[in-house]
Amino acid sequence: MINADKPQRKFSLSLGATYFALFTLFMYLPIALLVIFSFNDSPTLTFPLNGFTLKWYKALWENQELVTAVSNSLLVGVLSSLVATALGTMAALGVIRFDFRGKTLFLSVAAMPLVIPAVVMGVAMLIVFTHVGIPLTLWTVGIGHVIINAPYAMLIVAARLAGFEEHVEEAAMDLGADYWATLWRVTLPMSAPALAAAFLSSFTTSLDEFAVTFFLVGSDTTLPVYLYSQLRFPSRLPLVVTLAAIMMVISVFIVIVVEKLRKMAN
Amino acid sequence: MATITTQSIPQTKTTPAEKRRLLLLMGPPVLALLLFFLLPLGVMALYTFQTGTLGGEMSWSLETYGRFWENTALHRLLWRSTIVSFQTSLWCILLSYPIAYYLVFRAGDRRMTLLTLIIIPAWTSYLLRILAWKLILGTEGLLNTFLLWAGWIDEPSPILLFSKTAVIVTLVYVWVPFVALPIFAALERMDKRLLEAAADLGSPPWYSFLRITLPLSLPGVLAGFLSVFIPTLGEYVTPLLVGGVNGIMYGNLIQDQFVRALNWPLGSLMSLVMLVALLPLFFLFRKSDQVLQ
Repeated sequence: MINADKPQRKFSLSLGATYFALFTLFMYLPIALLVIFSFNDSPTLTFPLNGFTLKWYKALWENQELVTAVSNSLLVGVLSSLVATALGTMAALGVIRFDFRGKTLFLSVAAMPLVIPAVVMGVAMLIVFTHVGIPLTLWTVGIGHVIINAPYAMLIVAARLAGFEEHVEEAAMDLGADYWATLWRVTLPMSAPALAAAFLSSFTTSLDEFAVTFFLVGSDTTLPVYLYSQLRFPSRLPLVVTLAAIMMVISVFIVIVVEKLRKMAN
Repeated sequence: MATITTQSIPQTKTTPAEKRRLLLLMGPPVLALLLFFLLPLGVMALYTFQTGTLGGEMSWSLETYGRFWENTALHRLLWRSTIVSFQTSLWCILLSYPIAYYLVFRAGDRRMTLLTLIIIPAWTSYLLRILAWKLILGTEGLLNTFLLWAGWIDEPSPILLFSKTAVIVTLVYVWVPFVALPIFAALERMDKRLLEAAADLGSPPWYSFLRITLPLSLPGVLAGFLSVFIPTLGEYVTPLLVGGVNGIMYGNLIQDQFVRALNWPLGSLMSLVMLVALLPLFFLFRKSDQVLQ
């Protein structure tokens, strides 16, 4: 590179690194605070810290409503993520391996749930479900989550499919496998890390989705809905923070796994 | 966010067997989008022509449009929300541009790892990250009690929670990593030799930045800006938790029409107006995102 401005470069390197470090701190500090205060032995969330306790974790463990909310969330999360991954994979196969009329239109419409405000999707689905007479249950929540997650699942799987040569599939077909056998025995296994990444990222999104869920949930509770309902009671705040800390740690863990899988996939 | 380019693969004529495969593959996703995404939006649009209370007698009319037109408070709120979203997106760009720049030009081989490091929090719970800021910003919150405890302030400052500023700070925190991604992508694909050429011709680094790096990164900046602006315009959860009366946004009033006021036609119209206003931006976003591929 250029020699003339070397001293300056060195300075800007440290300036850039400092800014990056501060930025990273800004990103992680709120999360760390949740975790720290979940162990704090005080009914209020204020400094200074009051000493270490596990009593909030114990109280959570004994909370029956919470157990219901967690199992509801897990049920919706697993089922909706399976469907979202399946739909996303089918769409990715169609879009990457075939040419058809309306592909651009399909991709545009499929990208919309990724960015349009959640409130629009929530109320639109609420109106339809109410009019058709479908009661609001975990099923309607699940449908909402599928629409939110399938487009993203499609992008993850499509990136993988675009990454490997069609020749492998052609070779399998030349050796006598029909299209579906090739798909099942060659294409999908080769895309396994991407499929897993798509499933897990759908799952984490589903676990903490609130903005759309709020309109579709009826009288059931999911984990975020329960968490939100507890915010009204100041005395429950330590419990909320503890629950938040657990959810946060789990989702950070899943996100790291997803990132690893996506790296493997591409 | 990644997009799929539609540049077609050279293809031989489609056989009936291939058509069947395509139908089987695309049928379910297309059907799901039609039934649970486009149909609801369509029904919502039709709903704006309804009047009456929910559960009671409903009839077709343009009354809701008249009411929306006359209700200038709604227009002002939409404008205010636009400003909040705009400021949020702008701050996201300002904060994340140096990050992307640092990663691409200074971080060397570690850049992908470092990028992942700042992206991880972004993929974790949206609600919980908002909640964390509610706890941090409150009068009895962590920031105030920390500052008091540390002796930096004498009395708790209540300005932070339940204000427009609180909403913007929280939204920036939630969205900023997503903005770093497209800027990173734009800078990463830039031909670095241009900078060397400019330097050889005597251009100082700041001038090269203004004339080469910045213009070439603009598609990424635009994609980043829109990927925040579009979803946050309808935001209602953040104002609900940290905004209070002063930080209320347009999305809160939409939610209100469905939950409390039970004026679904008006809520539908408010939602439709916002959606229609966002559509051109959505297509601009698709364009800028595709340039990055």
